[in-house]
Amino acid sequence: MKARVHVMLKNGVLDPQGEAVRHALGTLGFDGVEGVRQGKVIELDLAETDAAKAEETVKDMCEKLLANTVIESYSVEIA
Amino acid sequence: MRAAVIQFPGSNCDRDMAVALNQVAGNEKTQIVWHKETSLPDGLDMVAIPGGFSFGDYLRCGAIAARSPIAQAVVDFANKGGYVLGVCNGFQVLTETGLLPGALMRNAGLKFICKPVDLTVETNNSDFTNGYDAGATVIYPVAHHDGNYNADAETLARLNGEDRVAFRYADNPNGSTEDIAGILSENRRVLGMMPHPERCVENAHGNTDGAALFRALAGAMALT
Repeated sequence: MKARVHVMLKNGVLDPQGEAVRHALGTLGFDGVEGVRQGKVIELDLAETDAAKAEETVKDMCEKLLANTVIESYSVEIA
Repeated sequence: MRAAVIQFPGSNCDRDMAVALNQVAGNEKTQIVWHKETSLPDGLDMVAIPGGFSFGDYLRCGAIAARSPIAQAVVDFANKGGYVLGVCNGFQVLTETGLLPGALMRNAGLKFICKPVDLTVETNNSDFTNGYDAGATVIYPVAHHDGNYNADAETLARLNGEDRVAFRYADNPNGSTEDIAGILSENRRVLGMMPHPERCVENAHGNTDGAALFRALAGAMALT
């Protein structure tokens, strides 16, 4: 079973890297980009076969390591 | 005073920290403890977490180090009242363990900053900073890419209210919230800071402003 975790800076936390990307897009002539937020995608290959259990375990992983919940939010997709 | 410096793969200020602890704080012989150890040597007064790029800054700065086997021993040591000093990557590790609140984010200017900076000593009510006058300006070097301190309003109010901001930047180099450069734990025995006191302790460093921090620690240990 595979899991995909998206980690993003929380809303309200300034994302300097996203801002730099936004400026660079403007320089390349892509007008009208009003905001860019940069995050991470983490893919996990799990032995677990029960989707609900897998989701619960991956959420625990996010809380303990994959995300820093002081500044980041996360979402989990199980496939 | 008995001190240990924790060493992770990618630590690069471990030796400088040990030299400062030996030569300035008068430590007998600072021990270097590898991150795979699960316990600290007996009878320690203090643990230092040095600067560097532990685990290549993978995932987030300090994140992997904060989950290494030795990290739990450091947390237990701090919770029992042991002194812990985390500098630069060490500060990042301390926030990742939860010993200190908040997080260090990428510098607002996105550049690695390596230069001496002016700091204001915000409080001398700690065994780290009582060798300075509150409000004094000192110069320490910074060398970091992720020193932009971030915490929510409630945490900031608490840090300010409890006089736990140890140092602020006089001229904020990295976008850090409220110019914060270093903070103390609730019991004032854990200090995390981005600037490097161990890089300004002898004349050859060009500046000895950091020496007072190590001397203050040595004085505190002599009393215990």
